[in-house]
Amino acid sequence: MKEVEVRRLFAANLFCVFSVILTAVVPTFLWDGFTVLGTHLAWLCICSVCVGTVNVILHLVLKPNRSPKRSSPAHKISRFLKCCIYFFMSCIVFHAIIVLYGAPLLGSVTETFLFSVLLSTFTTLQCLCMLGPNIQAWIRVFSKNGAMSIWESSLQITAVCSVLGAWFGAFPIPLDWDRPWQVWPISCSFGATFGYVAGLIIAPLWIHWNRKQLTYKSR
Amino acid sequence: VDSGEWDMLIAHFLGVDHCGHKHGPDHPEMEKKLTQMNEMLRSLVDHLGNDTLLLVAGDHGMTETGDHGGESEKEVNAALFVYSRTPLFGTGPPEEPEAIPQVNLVPTVALLLGVPIPYSNIGEVMAELFSGDGDTVSAALQQLSVYHINAKQVDRFLQSYSLVAQDLPAEQLQRLQELFSGAVEEHTQLLDQVQGATLVPPELESRLGSLISRFQLYLREARAVCTQSWARFNSLRMVGGCTLIAASCLLCYMAAELAASSDSFYRSCLLYPLLWGLVVAVVFGLSHVFTQEGLDLLLVSSCAAAASQLGFFWHWWGRHPKRALLVGSQPPLASIGLRQRLRAWLGLAFPMGILLFRCGAMFSDSFVVAEARVAPFLLASLVLLLVGKLHWDGCLTVTEGPRQQVLGFSSYRREIWYLLCLVAMLLVCVRLSGFFHQCREEIPQCRPSLFLSPLASLRNTRAKNLFYLLCVALLAGLVYAVRSWLRHYGNLNSSDPLVLFVRWGFPLVVLCIACYWAVVSSAEDSLGKLQELVQVAVVAFPWAVYGLASMGLLLLLCNPMTVFAKDTRESAGSIVTPYLGVPSSEVDFLHVIPQIYKRMQESQKSRLERGSCRATIAAYGLGSVYSAALVIALTLLGFLLMLLHSERLSLAFLLLFLEAFVLLHIHTHARGLAGDAEPFSVPWYAVISWLLAASQFFYSTGHQPIFPAIHWNAAFVGFHLDHSTNLLPAVLVGANTFASHILFAVGCPLLLLWPFVCEVSSSQKKPKKEPREELQEVEEHMMEMRLRESPEKFSTALLQLGLKYLFVLGAQLLACVCAAMILRRHLMVWKVFAPKFLFESLGFVVSSICLLLGISLVMRVDCAVSTWFSQLQRR
Repeated sequence: MKEVEVRRLFAANLFCVFSVILTAVVPTFLWDGFTVLGTHLAWLCICSVCVGTVNVILHLVLKPNRSPKRSSPAHKISRFLKCCIYFFMSCIVFHAIIVLYGAPLLGSVTETFLFSVLLSTFTTLQCLCMLGPNIQAWIRVFSKNGAMSIWESSLQITAVCSVLGAWFGAFPIPLDWDRPWQVWPISCSFGATFGYVAGLIIAPLWIHWNRKQLTYKSR
Repeated sequence: VDSGEWDMLIAHFLGVDHCGHKHGPDHPEMEKKLTQMNEMLRSLVDHLGNDTLLLVAGDHGMTETGDHGGESEKEVNAALFVYSRTPLFGTGPPEEPEAIPQVNLVPTVALLLGVPIPYSNIGEVMAELFSGDGDTVSAALQQLSVYHINAKQVDRFLQSYSLVAQDLPAEQLQRLQELFSGAVEEHTQLLDQVQGATLVPPELESRLGSLISRFQLYLREARAVCTQSWARFNSLRMVGGCTLIAASCLLCYMAAELAASSDSFYRSCLLYPLLWGLVVAVVFGLSHVFTQEGLDLLLVSSCAAAASQLGFFWHWWGRHPKRALLVGSQPPLASIGLRQRLRAWLGLAFPMGILLFRCGAMFSDSFVVAEARVAPFLLASLVLLLVGKLHWDGCLTVTEGPRQQVLGFSSYRREIWYLLCLVAMLLVCVRLSGFFHQCREEIPQCRPSLFLSPLASLRNTRAKNLFYLLCVALLAGLVYAVRSWLRHYGNLNSSDPLVLFVRWGFPLVVLCIACYWAVVSSAEDSLGKLQELVQVAVVAFPWAVYGLASMGLLLLLCNPMTVFAKDTRESAGSIVTPYLGVPSSEVDFLHVIPQIYKRMQESQKSRLERGSCRATIAAYGLGSVYSAALVIALTLLGFLLMLLHSERLSLAFLLLFLEAFVLLHIHTHARGLAGDAEPFSVPWYAVISWLLAASQFFYSTGHQPIFPAIHWNAAFVGFHLDHSTNLLPAVLVGANTFASHILFAVGCPLLLLWPFVCEVSSSQKKPKKEPREELQEVEEHMMEMRLRESPEKFSTALLQLGLKYLFVLGAQLLACVCAAMILRRHLMVWKVFAPKFLFESLGFVVSSICLLLGISLVMRVDCAVSTWFSQLQRR
């Protein structure tokens, strides 16, 4: 049972990785002059949208969490609206944190905001898919021994890896190499993306290796 | 070039350099680039006039891989191409051109342009370019005059240099001097003879030639002497110094870890090694006295330090086997210890990782340049990581009720919001402090913060007034905040001189500073008639502040107690007047009866309350007596340092105080939430964040570790004319430069004290309802008085805190020193690494001294509290 779950998780994560790679490759054929570096803002939008949709679709297909008890259409709509509000709020919070970390306050607001949208996609959107608009569950998942299934462990790992990647992405900015990718926010968004991809790959492997130690509390 | 509206054109072709770095010398790309350069030169040559000289020089060569910066032949050699339409050489150009030092370009170009040779030049003119188009004699005469000018300039430079620095060997200077004077003498003789026309060409030519070669000899030898003594690194001493610093850091770390473990530690591991070091120093000194050699103070002190460190490690090693034996006898305990140690190591990893990043950043010139942004980034990361770790460990959440426990839900404690607000405030402070940065010239697009310029430079009167009012309001706010903090903890009740000073002296200091700012920032011409008064005021107000602040600090040292004691012990029995015989009159009755009534009432009252209370002494503010003293000292220092900075930097200082306050609160709350069992040891993250904040505010008070960024005008605050000595301005400028180092180092003991101070705020409400007397009884053992309960632990904790602080400081210094040592051939070493090293080491010295001062202030308060208690007991 568990092996099957891990394999499903691995497949889903590979799908996500694949979609990230595709966002960098496919638009070059469709759109003349598209490069990840040159038209970075466009890539940010495309990547956020693609990863977001893939996540939502995967969630709908695989249904890793239990279905909510009430499932009336009105309830669903309110849930959806709540999710949207949460996502938007997380974008704002990420934006504020990034600015507090030293991003320009007034200049390049678009870049910063799109970067925060990307980060939200990598972290908040997954939480929303997996746990719904339930802050208490989020708090639980992101603490020691808080994950209750391999899906939640994977969520933990990918989210932390994305944020860490974004953090490490800030390191090359002050260097005097004069590379095009040292411009704000390219290195950070690359870092976040690489972190996300690494998290997606690491998570199933880590779960696989630690399957003996991992005991999830039953609901 | 064609426009002709120029005297000198300088073109810099970066492409060749780039290409060489990227591909190396033998790459096809390089060939392409060089061909491009050739074409460029060819086209340029076609446009040159007859009186133009074209010099094409590479500033360095490259190795096979395209690198440079070393001292290999290929790296230091480059081509020099000289072109002019008028023929330069009488004969054809030499077959095998000689290599000339790069510095020769300076005097040559200067003299060709007809400007004086730069003062500090040690190069030699290229004589070929001065031959002109006459015959050989006139050419030689011209060359001679050029050499003469050049030699005179070098001689002047060497003389004035040897007056201020002693690093050129005296006997060689003497030799150079003789060479020069001999050549000059001959030169004047020769010129006389030429004017008198007593010499015929063949002899004249030979004498001219020999004189020129004498000048050449002089110039070359001067250059050789200079390069020999300037570009010299003593690698043995460098490695020795680095080892010494590294060993000191290790010592601090180990001592901080060991300090708590045992009592005999002090004697065996700290006192004896100190004696060892002293003995070695004395032995060295004596040997030098007997051998009559010059005493190298640096060598002696480093040997003494090394000896004492060896002593420490030897003693430590001697104690080590015993402990190992102890552990070995109880194997199960050992394994638990190992696991705990592993966990402790993991817990250490995150603050130490941040410290590692900080130290690693010193090795990159870009990161040193950008350090003003690196330090706040790391500080924010450290604090957010702390919150994340607390959350991960589940310290922030409580499981509420069985139902939720089943569901696995947990909600945050109420305190968490407070903690999050504090963190948000810290982040905002950190971000705001970024608006006060000074610029380095390495970042050309950077604009220095407008807060750095003095108010007097503002043209707009309205903005000036506004800023002035804001600054004064902030000062007043600071005083108000400090006073209300003291009042909150009851340290403002007594009538001691110190408290009176806080009440009345602080506003007076602010008034003086405000007046000084007003006088300084007012426009010069608006006070035309009052010019003399202004002159007096500019000096008088700073002196008033200096005087008041030093008076406050003296008061603090004399009597640091800010405790208001209310004695409620009755001297029983003495209330009743002694019996004076039979009451004779009505008046006596009237006198006695109320007394008897009073006495009865009191005995009744005491019988009623006997169970709950023993009336003793109510002491207000005893719980925060240590921190109150530190806060007062910090505020006074803050005033002094603000006075030394430009007016609008008081905003930065306010941010500094706010951030330190928030950091202390975060530390306290994180500790409370984590439920630390060890109240007497300050965790590493607190120390590291404190130091990160210190270096952050070094930049946020408008400083940079480069010499042009030093605020020299701080030396003239309160001094209208020049100083007679160098010491006072050095102290003033040093205090200005290392303001944040001073404040944070003095405030360092607060890290230990603050959790105890804040303890009361949670438990204050409870005892208030109970009888007053009991409150005192309870409170006496609360807050900082808990430190007095175990004086041994208190002193250990102070030592440990100091050692931790020194370790972190030392680690930063070590990284800086290593960077300067390893990268001593780096292109940026004189621009970035060496100044950074100097600033960092000076900061280290200042921080260490201030740390000692802060700790000794706490110990002074401790002594005062002890005497206070003993006085109470005697009464």
